[in-house]
Amino acid sequence: MISFILANARLLGRLVDVLVEDGRIAACGETGSVAAPEGAERIDAGGQILFPSFIDAHTHLREPGFEWKEDVASGLSAAAHGGFGAIMCMANTSPVNDEASVTRLIMEKGRQAFPHGPRVHPIGAATVGLKGEAMAPLAELCEAGCVAFSNDGVPLKSTEILRRVMEYASDLGLRVIDHCEDPWLAKGSCMNEGVVSGHLGLRGQPDAAEAIQALRDIMLAEYLNVPLHIAHVSCARTVDAIRWGKSRGVQVTAETCPHYLFLDESWMEGYNMFAKINPPLRTPADVSALRQAVAEGVLDILVTDHSPHAAHEKEVPVAEAPNGFTGMDLAVSLTYGLVREGVLDEAAFIERWCYKPGEIFRLPVNHFQPGDPADFFLFDPELEWKVCRENLYSKSWNTPWLGQTLKGRLTAHWIGGWKIV
Amino acid sequence: MQQETFIWRHKDLLDVDQLTREEVFLLLDTAASLHEVNLRSIKKAPVLKGKSIILFFAEDSTRTKTSFDIAGKRLGADTFGLSKSGSSMQKGESLKDTALTLEAMHPDVIVIRHQCSGAARFLAERLPSCSIVNAGDGWHAHPTQSLLDAFTLRRHWNGEFEGKTVLIVGDCAHSRVFRSDVQLLTLLGVKVRICAPRTLLPAGVESWPVEVFSNLDEALPGVDVVMCLRLQLERMAAGLLPDMREYSARYCLNPRHLELANPGAKVMHPGPIMRGNDVSAAVADSPDSLILTQVESGVAVRMAALFLLATRSDNGARA
Repeated sequence: MISFILANARLLGRLVDVLVEDGRIAACGETGSVAAPEGAERIDAGGQILFPSFIDAHTHLREPGFEWKEDVASGLSAAAHGGFGAIMCMANTSPVNDEASVTRLIMEKGRQAFPHGPRVHPIGAATVGLKGEAMAPLAELCEAGCVAFSNDGVPLKSTEILRRVMEYASDLGLRVIDHCEDPWLAKGSCMNEGVVSGHLGLRGQPDAAEAIQALRDIMLAEYLNVPLHIAHVSCARTVDAIRWGKSRGVQVTAETCPHYLFLDESWMEGYNMFAKINPPLRTPADVSALRQAVAEGVLDILVTDHSPHAAHEKEVPVAEAPNGFTGMDLAVSLTYGLVREGVLDEAAFIERWCYKPGEIFRLPVNHFQPGDPADFFLFDPELEWKVCRENLYSKSWNTPWLGQTLKGRLTAHWIGGWKIV
Repeated sequence: MQQETFIWRHKDLLDVDQLTREEVFLLLDTAASLHEVNLRSIKKAPVLKGKSIILFFAEDSTRTKTSFDIAGKRLGADTFGLSKSGSSMQKGESLKDTALTLEAMHPDVIVIRHQCSGAARFLAERLPSCSIVNAGDGWHAHPTQSLLDAFTLRRHWNGEFEGKTVLIVGDCAHSRVFRSDVQLLTLLGVKVRICAPRTLLPAGVESWPVEVFSNLDEALPGVDVVMCLRLQLERMAAGLLPDMREYSARYCLNPRHLELANPGAKVMHPGPIMRGNDVSAAVADSPDSLILTQVESGVAVRMAALFLLATRSDNGARA
């Protein structure tokens, strides 16, 4: 199979050569130190940054059921161009991914579109139809290929159901990912509750709606002694809850998304439906607290919560607009800003986007050690590009960064030694 | 009608926060001139002859829609009413497509009432060729209501706004009248107090230029005008307060309350009034009530708004 050497790539600040054989890392060492076998192709990276392929543990691929927004193939295309070698997709499709046939369909669509990757790992519904009433067949879903369980999109009202799902999932060795939101406090909201919502006359959601459920979940995880993963943390209060849980030894991990680290509620000014998301963009103080929590590792991983919606669905008055942003195309370009600003060093950046999600969800990752999967991409930190329809690979372009120029972009991507981009 | 040259620079009237003090007074002056037409036996000043005005009311309304309709017709414009029931919006047409369809018929002005905050701005940003007047968008803004309130107060106070105090009582959280009134009255130099249970205060109320009370008796001393807001039954259903009985016991304005306010204090209400719930019959029917004067002012203010917007390009050409 393919054998090549990628030379002059910058891995954690050092120039290295990487030898790939049969889809795996054969050797990685200082430039000039790796001997290439006869006939191996030599690719010069020209000093660009080398990252192991990232994992996006929270996406919505919309297939089956909402293919006009996204399908598995277009979602994986966005993943490939965004630097993700593996993505996990939430269960709120139609039909819901609450049985093995749906799981298998999604995985099969992924293999058809991208036989060599990026790989798609479905997340099974925690409850039948995401209705929050009866437990979904978790073992069947696990066997079919689901790597976690979640009721994302329809937060669980019943603490009893959540408890049983967490217990049952722990037998299978899989984690529950909870979208923490008190459904009553958050009912009908379109943005964060505060000064901006008060002036705009839009129904707000207090940050306590998230933090209260996070505390509930953490207490349950402690009581049951099972692991738990908290989805898309958006506010300082939830960070405090997680920090408290971790200090008590609770097996809680958590994620946040690029938008919560760069945007605040003021983006809703002017009734900007492209800034409408759930959980909502919060205050500048929350943004700082989240950045600090990412730096400290209190928030373990970064995810996109990629949520495509067609343009005509978003172009309606704010109260009627669906929540969410696309994210896989932009995430690495955006969050490399955290490295530039000194919030994360490159090692921690890789940790949050690759090694830690790999550990939490038990997915293979590339440490550039012999035998590791040859999943990696080159990133040019100086390359400027415009966020516009033509430059995005997702079917949708509902991102608040539309029209802006970002610095830094993926220039090439190999998965299992195959050049995908 | 004054014939002096002026420039009205706004395509749309979306909220009062877009207006300067000078523009507010220009609009109020224009309304005062046009008001005279309403008192004639032949109520017509056909300065907008040949202009088309669409009254697009996606939410129920009696007084505002009628008021705009009369205002347009008295100025000689052709007005066309459109409500949500009976329109294609019920067939699932989006607001954008409804708006583009209306624009293709070349109206000069579209007056819109919509249940979504930001709906008027949504239209204004998408329709470059016609003026949009916000006749109420969700909880956000109701600029012609606050302008008619200012018009009413200006007449009542003989033009003197400075140093006066207005108390707004009731459901501020869900009120577009509250939001627009606070901004306009503050701009004109009026001190604003509000009185409501905390569950009916807008989020972030501490950032508003208002003094906040929850006890009506404590809020009233020193007040020149009390503005009562209507309480909608759905607030009880949402659990924001116990029931109408308890609300009216605490906040329904009665003659005893008015005695606590400044001598000669008046009562206003954007309507529709709910006798015995937000304002007592005794107050509503007393000479202290300006409620019907507000309705009368509404026609004049809307004539002014329509006139300034619909003749905007003509003014530009003259200037």
